[in-house]
Parts: sequence; C-alpha cells; structure tokens
Amino acid sequence: MVDVKTAPDAPAKAGASLLEIRDLQAWYGESHVLHGINFDVRTGEVVTLLGRNGAGKTSTLKSIMGMIAKRTGSARFDGHELIKMHSDKIARLGVAICPEERGIFASLDVRENLMLPPIVRSGGLSTEQIFELFPNLKERLSSSQGTKLSGGEQQMLAIARILRTGARFLMLDEPTEGLAPVIIQQIGRTIQRLKSEGFTILLVEQNFRFASTVADRFFIVEHGKVIDGFANSELQANMDKLHTYLGV
Amino acid sequence: MQALYAQLLVGLINGSFYALLSLGLAVIFGMLNIINFAHGALYMMGAFCAYFLLNIFGLNYWYALVLAPIAVGIFGMLLERTLLKWIAGLDHLYGLLLTFGIALIIQGVFQNYFGSSGLPYAIPPQLQGGMNLGFMFLPIYRGWVVVFSLVVCIATWYLIERTRLGAYLRAATENPNLVRAFGINVPRMITLTYGLGIGLAALAGVLSAPINQVRPLMGADLIIVVFAVVVIGGMGSIMGSVITGFALGVVEGLTKYFYPEASNTVVFVLMVLVLLVKPTGLTGRAT
Repeated sequence: MVDVKTAPDAPAKAGASLLEIRDLQAWYGESHVLHGINFDVRTGEVVTLLGRNGAGKTSTLKSIMGMIAKRTGSARFDGHELIKMHSDKIARLGVAICPEERGIFASLDVRENLMLPPIVRSGGLSTEQIFELFPNLKERLSSSQGTKLSGGEQQMLAIARILRTGARFLMLDEPTEGLAPVIIQQIGRTIQRLKSEGFTILLVEQNFRFASTVADRFFIVEHGKVIDGFANSELQANMDKLHTYLGV
Repeated sequence: MQALYAQLLVGLINGSFYALLSLGLAVIFGMLNIINFAHGALYMMGAFCAYFLLNIFGLNYWYALVLAPIAVGIFGMLLERTLLKWIAGLDHLYGLLLTFGIALIIQGVFQNYFGSSGLPYAIPPQLQGGMNLGFMFLPIYRGWVVVFSLVVCIATWYLIERTRLGAYLRAATENPNLVRAFGINVPRMITLTYGLGIGLAALAGVLSAPINQVRPLMGADLIIVVFAVVVIGGMGSIMGSVITGFALGVVEGLTKYFYPEASNTVVFVLMVLVLLVKPTGLTGRAT
C-alpha cells in the first residue's frame, strides 16, 4: 500500500491537499469492496485512479460522493469530513461527479438534462461558456430526449451539466469509455482546459494512454486498495510496473 | 337524447374523480414505486375533513377546498415518514400490503365513529341550481367539478412535465442516487411528492362530498375502479392517467345509456383487454 505522506510530488503549481482519503472502506450490502484506500488530491491537479475492472475505482468515487451508504474511514474535503454526510450535502460543498454510465435521463430533454443539477456555489460556467467548450451541445439543445444523443454527445452533456454548478472538484468516471478517438481527444482538451482554469479533477480511467496526457499523478487501485502511486514525470520509469498492474 | 347527455355528464363527473385519483396514484407510483392502496381511504378523509371544517369550525366549502388537501396531505407525509420510507426499494407487494393495511385501519376507525351511512354536505350556495343548455339541464355544481378537476389535472401535469421541480421529480424517478449526488434532497422530495398525491386524493374527496355524501367506505367503493383506470392508462404516466380517467368515465356513462347492465363492469372488461394486448397500459412505456 502506498503511504500518502511519501506519495510522489505533484507539479509545483499544485496547492495543498483538497481531498484526503484515509483507510476508506466500503460495502455493497454484505460485499466488502474497498479495503482501506489511501491517497490525496491537491488543489488544481488532475489525479487518475488506474486499475483493472472491478479493482474498486468507481466504488472509490461513489464512496467519496456519498453514493455508497456503508463506508468507514476518512474522506476529508476542504476541511469537511464526508464519511457521515449524505451525497446532497457533499455536492453542496462543491464536489461533483460524472458517473461511468453518464447518467443522462431519458425522461428529460437535452436542455433539462443540462440544467438539472442546481447551482451549489458561485463561479460555475455560464451556458455560453459551456457551449464554447462543447459546440455540439448547442446544436442538439432542442433534441427531444437526452438519451437520443450519440455516446460522445452524452458524455459532453454529462460533463457540461456539472460545470454549471460551481463545483470546483470534479470526479470523472471513465469519460472516454466507448468513444471514438476524435471525441476522446476533445474530452482530453476539455480536461486540460478545466485544469488550466483551476478545476481539481479526480479521474478514473482504464485508457492509460489517454490518462497520461492529462494527469499529474497516478494511483493504482487493486482489490479495493491503493497499491502504488507516482507522478506523471515518473511514468517512463514505472512503465514495466504499470504494465504488470494493468495487465497490458 | 336528454338521457344520453345526462349520462355523458355523469360519466364526465365520475371521470373527474377517476382522473384526480389516478393522477395522484401515478405521481406516487412514479416517485415512490408504491402502489398506494390507501388512496381511497385518504380520498374519504378529504371529504370528512371538509365535513369537520364545516360542522366544527364553521369553515365553508371554499375553505375546505384549500385546507382539506393540505391537512390530509400533511397526514400523508407523516405516513410516508413513519411507515412507507422503511419499505423503499422493496418489492411492490410490500407497499401494496402496507398501504392496504393502512386503508383498512383508517376506514375502520371512521366506520367505528360514524357508521356506514352517509353524512350530508350541502352544495355551496354559489354553485347551487342549474343551467338550461337547450339540449340538456346542467347542474352548476357538477359542471364546476368537471372544469375544476380538469384545471387541477392540467396544472399538475404542467408542474411535472414543464417545470424545474418537475424535472427533478422525473429524474429522481429514474435515478434517485444520482439526483441526490447533484445536491437535491431526494428524501424530502419523496415526502412532498407523496403529500402532493394524497392532497389530490383529498381534493377529489372535497369535490365529491356534496354529490356523494360523506361516508367511511366512499373511497373503498371507488378505488378498485381507479386502479383499473390506472392499469388501462399505464402506471406512472401522468397525462395517460388524466386522459384515461376522463375517457373511462365517459365510456361508463355511455354504457349506462346503451347497455346499463354492463355499466359496472365495462371498465374491468377494458382492463382485461388492455392487459392482454398492451400490458404496460395505453400510454405506459415498457421498462
């Protein structure tokens, strides 16, 4: 297990820890899925959780967001302990999630999907800024059903709607899954731009090549634990280990 | 011909009650996933509430129209907070049995105190009398019931399908966990939605009081037909419930004119046919 206190340094511009996860454990009913996750995310950086299918990456995001009821340990965000909090309270602290399955609502049209999450803080992107980031969405705004959009458009919609809310800490769960290379590039550019604008991002990815273009640091999750971590600058030196961890 | 129009009017009035009650059931089913068998008992409580407001507090029909749905709605929210929330996420059968039990208790209590016979509730003076439309005589109160119910149904539809609050409701019906993770207090929304559905039932009870008298079993008689309406319309469909409610009231009225023997069973025959041909209901979506 990696010791977060000795975890690799992030780039110089990253600030103090915004999120500190200590011994995070979680259960789906009787099934124990997280066995003591430890890592931290500093203000302004992009951190990626890597790992095989079923390693516990998505469960980690859901536990931080309060979407798994039974969890123990500590998840401190900006000085607030999240473990005993319900997800609506966590969202109001400025934490937002873009789920793996995108979570576009079939009974809502595109505009309603975009406008659904309430503004939780000031400083969110305006609709004009969102359309500047995702021009396709503006064209598809009058589409009847959110789920009628293409996979890439749905992913953009899922990211766009949390940018409106004013949340500055974004958790993106496999945003490139099942998308065409050209769309993946667009999402990569979007993440880089969000980072340059001061957003802090916790990314879950299986697409390691994509993650290496946007992440400052990586943590490897296996069997519900963080087993290793390194900065992007140390990537080449850790390539062999990474291949073993990810089985690629 | 006069008799046909009269039956059509009776059908529209019954349809108004069907629509208001099935609308409430659809709203509750959509959000809580509960088949609310207590709906008829709470409709009856609406009528009794109007009766108490008049006879104990001296507050007339117009006050009852506002206060009874609020009071019974609050009672409904207490039921949701204390009983129904514990069965959230379980099989439909649990909700059905629990609300059936609640209905029996409420009806039993009222029957114990008020017997089975009806208590009178006068039509408000402003809505007494009738109008001769040339082709038929229209009692003003009955016309009022149809128009007012229609307005309430359309307003509820607008609230759910065209407002931001309605978007929250529809989204929470699909994925309550994600909606809550967006910062919306979903449990509170569920309680308020149950209160809204029950408020609609109580409103139907107040509207019904001057026509059908106030009786402990008035809801039990009606609720079986209303469930048939909901099955035909499609569980969870807002507009489907409203249109089907009014339409089946009219079908019943027409049957009373053309073949009175079948008037009490026509809705159930239609229900069986719909279940055979389109089990999700006329406007329901397959899930």
